[in-house]
Amino acid sequence: MTRGAANQRIERGWGRISEGSRPPWKSGASGPGRGDLPGAGFSHGGRRGLKAFPFAVREAAREGPLFHVGLRIKAAILATGLFGLMISSWGQAQVTFERLVNSAKEPQNWMTYSGDYAGKRFSALDQINLANAHTMVAKWVYQTGATGKLETSPLEVDGILYASAQEDRAFALDARTGRPLWMYQRQLPGDIRPCCGRVNRGLAILGDKVFLGTLDAHVIALDAKTGNVVWDRVAADYRTGYSFTVAPLAVKSLVVIGISGGEYGVRGFIDAYDAATGERKWRFYTVPGPGQPGHESWQGDSWKTGGAPAWNTGTYDPATNQIFWPTGNPAPSNRGAGRAGDNLYSNSLLALNADTGTMNWYFQFTKHDEHDWDATQIPVMIEAGGKHLIAQADRNGFFYVIDRTNGKLLSANAYGKTTWSDTKDAEGRPVANSQSSPTLAGRTVCPGALGTTNFMAPTYDPATGLFYVTARDQCDTFSTAPQPYEAGHAYYGSAYFPSEEAEPYTGFLKAIDPATGQIKWKFEHTSPTWSGVLSTGGGLVFSGDAEGNFIAFDAASGKPVWHFQMGGAVYAPPMAFAVDGKQHVAIAAGSAVYAFGLP
Amino acid sequence: MFRAGCMGLLALAMLRIGANADDRNPLAGTAKAAKAGEYEFRINCALCHGLGAHGGGRGPDLTRAVKKHAHSDAEMFQVISNGIPGTAMPANGTNGQGVGMTDEEIWQIITYLRSQEVKVPANAKGNAARGKDLFYGDANCSLCHMVAGKGGRLGPDLTAVGGSRTREAIIDSVRNPSRRLAWGLTEATKEFPQEYESVTVVTADGKQIKGITLNEDSFSVQIMDTSEQIHLLEKDNLKSFQKSRQSAMPTYGTDFLSDKDLEDIVAYLSSVGAK
Repeated sequence: MTRGAANQRIERGWGRISEGSRPPWKSGASGPGRGDLPGAGFSHGGRRGLKAFPFAVREAAREGPLFHVGLRIKAAILATGLFGLMISSWGQAQVTFERLVNSAKEPQNWMTYSGDYAGKRFSALDQINLANAHTMVAKWVYQTGATGKLETSPLEVDGILYASAQEDRAFALDARTGRPLWMYQRQLPGDIRPCCGRVNRGLAILGDKVFLGTLDAHVIALDAKTGNVVWDRVAADYRTGYSFTVAPLAVKSLVVIGISGGEYGVRGFIDAYDAATGERKWRFYTVPGPGQPGHESWQGDSWKTGGAPAWNTGTYDPATNQIFWPTGNPAPSNRGAGRAGDNLYSNSLLALNADTGTMNWYFQFTKHDEHDWDATQIPVMIEAGGKHLIAQADRNGFFYVIDRTNGKLLSANAYGKTTWSDTKDAEGRPVANSQSSPTLAGRTVCPGALGTTNFMAPTYDPATGLFYVTARDQCDTFSTAPQPYEAGHAYYGSAYFPSEEAEPYTGFLKAIDPATGQIKWKFEHTSPTWSGVLSTGGGLVFSGDAEGNFIAFDAASGKPVWHFQMGGAVYAPPMAFAVDGKQHVAIAAGSAVYAFGLP
Repeated sequence: MFRAGCMGLLALAMLRIGANADDRNPLAGTAKAAKAGEYEFRINCALCHGLGAHGGGRGPDLTRAVKKHAHSDAEMFQVISNGIPGTAMPANGTNGQGVGMTDEEIWQIITYLRSQEVKVPANAKGNAARGKDLFYGDANCSLCHMVAGKGGRLGPDLTAVGGSRTREAIIDSVRNPSRRLAWGLTEATKEFPQEYESVTVVTADGKQIKGITLNEDSFSVQIMDTSEQIHLLEKDNLKSFQKSRQSAMPTYGTDFLSDKDLEDIVAYLSSVGAK
């Protein structure tokens, strides 16, 4: 890009920023306001300050980023070019597939759910590091106004932070100040069937749109600059238990998304929609129908209500054009009688062709599950010893390392308290023992139904070579009883209860060496947390706790080096970005999104 | 947690005003609805109220015909829908357990509960008046426990316990206080996670403090000592921090408190808690 072109882009950019940032109550302009945002209809605002802007740019260039940023940010600036960075910092550039593939080249941005296609949730930013993390302060707080569990993992692109919240809210914030640019909230029907809270875990971004899966099983594209609905597609009938809570994944020209509803006896699927038009390009049913391979793993008609949802975000390997997407429990979750067989492809990792959705291979973590052990944990792509691997800390208590070229299991080691398996099959897969199957009176099994981990996003730090995951030791009593399927009604086949003997439950942040499966270190929380984990180039690991603390740990030792009390329990993973050359770490807690940085 | 009390009653009064559900259960008395309600109950309610609704560690016995917070079907509907503020009873779909219920499913649960009710409650075995004397006198309960604003602070307030716990649970708590501490709330209802753990700390200046935890996180702890003084401490500044799930409450064996005395105390707590 030439310098002249850059200036033009900057000027256009200023026009936008002026419109967006000018206090509406001063403008006197009226417009079609949206939601709670005062004067949100500012699209006819003026262009005040246009001439002054180039000076501001020069000032920023001299005083700002270049003199204070960490090495990785400097590298990014050099790679992008100074004006490239300036433009991108005003939120103008399109988010192309190439940018998503090469996300490592712009560590100041966080453009996918896990920060990259590999699922590492690793930020190369090192401005905040072991030496200075103890000085971190809160930079801003954004209150969503939502109640319940805020599970969102924000995106940040070119100075704008995009996130979702409960009841299918979405919003865009000035990443420097936390001030909202737009807000969206879907008008949900009164009779939706969210299994586990009216939650949403995040957005995807591609081109000039962000994508939201809704609790009434729609996929929606929003204009990234306004929050306007661009297209809206129905994936399934919510009245029979289908919903979306997952952050979609944008791949090539597609928006890939997996369904929820394993508690309602849905037939799970993974969909891909054309990002531009909303047209559905493919669907992969996670429960194979008659005539398809794997169908024989279901007894009778049980496949029709077999569950196997796909409610956590998968990963993508550009080298092989494969999507790795994990699936959840077979339904009914606590009753195996009536669905004899392995129940493919429940609790599995699927390798799908990104263009067609056809399956290349699968690996099933828990066969014929009766404990609600969805295998929907993030399948993290790691490279080690010249091998292309996937590491997954599974809800069933075992840490699996899989060869992602062929789906073969390389190792499976317990990383928490497990009682359900004493042996492994010929492939090395843990096999359930006879004492783990639920009975009417109830049987105590570890881990409990919540699992050793759950939807909490883990992280892999290439520098330490460690995999960090939130873990829980809790045993539950599993009871089973016959239950007829009735469309739209919860379909558990009975229930589970915390085991009285096993109290209190304990929660940890654990650092696992994928090469050996050994726990390198663990930090015991006061109580189990639902927070995800972030690692950074600063030698730090970040996570939150149920007591409301946001904590920075030494990635090598697990020693806490900083904490901040946010006043609300954490159900979300942290992420990192840099704006104006300053690194931030953000996380949702209570009903708010917090951003932290150096003083 | 033993924290029902007046808040719940006040809330019920408010809910009555705001009631918009049908006054009568449209599914009342139908066997099919009761069966469906049993499934829903196991998924959504049994965690606290126990299988069969006989009461669990955290929730009252719902087979009692006389319920504290809801008498009519419409009141039960409101309590299940909206929870009971100030207690561990959450609003429908917000407790992290189960999936949340449709209106129809709530009516099914009410139908199920009605089918399980024991119409004639067992006569209280004890003498409530004598139990009150014991509570505030020889049994020393009130040194640590409060009922209706009178008594100590070191243990849980027992004003509501007679209505929210089974007789068996209360007796077990007295005979084996360390078997379970005052039941901690599950995370979803963990706004106040007090579990009355016993704690002993030594501060930087060598002072030892013994008491119970009011709250705690990884970096700080809030303690009430045995003379009801509150200490707000940062763990980094302590010389030692030791926590125990051995209850601060002494074990009341039959040599100290006879079965009859205990029945009288339970009768007293029930007489207060049922109000």
